[in-house]
Amino acid sequence: MKLTLHVWRQKNAEDRGRMVRYEVPGVNEHMSFLEMLDMLNERLTEKGEDPIAFDHDCREGICGMCGMMINGKAHGGFKGTTVCQLHMRHFKDGDELYLEPWRAAAFPVVKDLAVDRSAFDRIIAAGGFISVPTGSPPDGNAIPVPKEDADLAMDAAACIGCGACVAACPNAAAALFVGAKISHLAHLPQGQPERKRRALAMVRQMNREGFANCSNIGECEAACPKQIKLEVIAQTNERPETVSGGVG
Amino acid sequence: MELVSNAPSGPIERSWETHKFGLKLVNPANKRKHNIIVVGTGLAGGSAAASLGELGYNVHCFCFQDSPRRAHSIAAQGGINAAKNYHNDGDSVYRLFYDTVKGGDFRAREANVYRLAQVSVNIIDQCVAQGVPFAREYGGLLDNRSFGGAQVSRTFYARGQTGQQLLLGAYQALERQVGLGTVKMYPRTEMLDLIVIDGKARGIVTRSLNDGKLGVHFGDAVVLATGGYGNVFYLSTNAKGCNATAIWRAYKRGALFANPCFTQIHPTCIPVAGDYQSKLTLMSESLRNDGRIWVPKKAGDKRNPASIPEEERDYYLETRYPSFGNLVPRDIASRAAKAVCDAGRGVGETGLGVYLDFSEALKRLGPQKIAERYGNLFEMYERITGENPYEVPMRIFPATHYTMGGLWVDYNLMSTIPGLFVLGEANFSDHGANRLGASALMQGLADGYFIIPYTIGSYLANIKTERYSEDAPAAKEAVANVAAITKKLLDANGKRTVDSYHRELGKILWDYCGMSRNAAGLKKAAGMIAELRQDFWRNVRVLGSNEEFNQSLEKAGRVADFFELGELLCMDALHRNESCGGHFREEYQTDGEALRDDANFCYVAAWGFQGAGRPPSLTKEPLVFNYVKPSQRSYK
Repeated sequence: MKLTLHVWRQKNAEDRGRMVRYEVPGVNEHMSFLEMLDMLNERLTEKGEDPIAFDHDCREGICGMCGMMINGKAHGGFKGTTVCQLHMRHFKDGDELYLEPWRAAAFPVVKDLAVDRSAFDRIIAAGGFISVPTGSPPDGNAIPVPKEDADLAMDAAACIGCGACVAACPNAAAALFVGAKISHLAHLPQGQPERKRRALAMVRQMNREGFANCSNIGECEAACPKQIKLEVIAQTNERPETVSGGVG
Repeated sequence: MELVSNAPSGPIERSWETHKFGLKLVNPANKRKHNIIVVGTGLAGGSAAASLGELGYNVHCFCFQDSPRRAHSIAAQGGINAAKNYHNDGDSVYRLFYDTVKGGDFRAREANVYRLAQVSVNIIDQCVAQGVPFAREYGGLLDNRSFGGAQVSRTFYARGQTGQQLLLGAYQALERQVGLGTVKMYPRTEMLDLIVIDGKARGIVTRSLNDGKLGVHFGDAVVLATGGYGNVFYLSTNAKGCNATAIWRAYKRGALFANPCFTQIHPTCIPVAGDYQSKLTLMSESLRNDGRIWVPKKAGDKRNPASIPEEERDYYLETRYPSFGNLVPRDIASRAAKAVCDAGRGVGETGLGVYLDFSEALKRLGPQKIAERYGNLFEMYERITGENPYEVPMRIFPATHYTMGGLWVDYNLMSTIPGLFVLGEANFSDHGANRLGASALMQGLADGYFIIPYTIGSYLANIKTERYSEDAPAAKEAVANVAAITKKLLDANGKRTVDSYHRELGKILWDYCGMSRNAAGLKKAAGMIAELRQDFWRNVRVLGSNEEFNQSLEKAGRVADFFELGELLCMDALHRNESCGGHFREEYQTDGEALRDDANFCYVAAWGFQGAGRPPSLTKEPLVFNYVKPSQRSYK
């Protein structure tokens, strides 16, 4: 099939950037979206044109490095799918696609479709952990964890930190990302003594990074490739003493 | 050069305890005076950086991705082994040790493997304490499953995302140290050379991937935890960014490279669909617990699988290896798949595939139980292939997955360059010629949490801390070397893209140095690679400049190293006139099974760089087996 792409090209954070149109014939339906871009980049290189920069690594939907807006939808808007796992059989001959980077003040553009998401790392560094030194912790079975709790913790822990939630949110809020970590750790008996401090520290850092407030629109849940539930935000907010001022 | 393993003598059960007690300590006030460089933030690097920071060292930690949480350990699906014997099924430290030595086809160092089995139990405890949401039974206790190559249930898991959860545990511990100021993190920064001063590793040269700026970083020790070199084959289950540049450039500075020909081809991956394919996706080996592998008995049988009656199906692993069945180790399962496909009985459009069929398990357990166990894997398969494995059998084929070879290290995980430590997949140490399932996560975390924190201290206590400036001749020379490579790549200004070279290199290696190898093919491949490498330097096209975010330039440097590594891979495979583990030489087999030659090849082959264009030196570390007597591996 043949596609028309309009791709955001921006040399670096200072450049103003613009959309550039590319015709892409010869797309095979079994290719992944990123393989289609690889093919375009090979052609551009052969023509002496600068290939399109985009972040990616594992290409199996787990590292969280890839991500872009396709026609205004994070990762293309296919349920539970990162863009690296999106295959071209979902598109048809003649489709016209607009590719843009994640748009958020807290995610400055590095180049083209690649953005800087180090704000997420700083949020985790502020409190997204259980304070346990490497050493001799109690036996793994010393504290039983009800299966339901372990499952809920795992549901939230599945977050891959890709930033689609921020990109999809009209406020560019990071409430789903932060809520997922708060929820993951709050469901486990380990680390309970610091749970309040942890949640507060993460929310404060989130505000400092320039993420805006959550206004319960729910675009984040719809865009999340790991289908993290909006409940994690509710959990962040349900104890006002844990997150004074709330997330929004 | 003689290789001294520093493996302790005496009873193996006590050797790590005794050795640890003999290691020197660095007093707490002195720890903060030591700078330690850690390259890589996967399970090994992330856990090492976090643990060393926690001890009070000044840690400088580097990764090429935009965040330390992206490292490819994150993609490990199935699980992590630990000899907990929670299920009373006869597991023990000794059994895990025994299984790993045997699974590695008697090409690993016994003392290292024993220590690995010992600390495996601490790893689970540590991860539980960090909040890793392992699968639990209804009683609240940790759940286990069995895994390829083992007859006990010792594998702990977190759905099909065990690597992700373990890595996030290590990442969170690392970020905690970043917050506390003991670790400084440098994301999007690639190590391009090692600085060796007076014979000791004293620093690294890095390039910022954002703007091309070169950086000189000094440390009293350098820790490489940069993963394996599977991407030398171009198509592999590795992430696209996985590369061998850090270990390769360390090799060129004098670190010996051990057993490069021990590469692992994983039996259960989604088959290649076309030429545009950029990577291969693994389907967790845990699927082999309930899935049955088969092909049609008749060659060229193109009927749809549902209409092939039971008696015309060949469940070849179950027939050939009745005691292990579908759970035989990876090397054996992969070769068996190749054999049936070579015989024309492969399935799918390309004929390079075998069925992994869940219909019986679905009948036995019901779709809900199957979804609980493998739901996310089934979804992933459907997303990629467009086929629903609840209805039609999966098609799988082997793909390059893991590399057992790597930089040579002693019992302290130190390479032949004093002060250069190598952890995880980047070293050669624990898996011999074949790695068992769920053992990579175990080794990465063992090295990072429980071994390096002790052994690095002893090294640091024995050396003088020196302060160097960027004007040190070795640093200037290393910077000049990096700048020259970059310039050469940009100046070639030829016609072919980096990827097209990488693809061609990968195909040569897959064809002649993949699942089975022979002397004539290996010689041919070495020649082809050398020729292609020369063409690469003349005719590669890398656009743009050094001073920008330039992904083609990053790739070009890595592919340049893969060419050289590929040649060494063939040389090692050619010299090892035996078959063992993942290294199968067609000339050495008995009844289709690998034929080891313990009289002549019971050693680690460690190769040393002797200068460009000169053949590398070969140093042998003899392997002695005092506990597990080498025997022909039999899974029948």
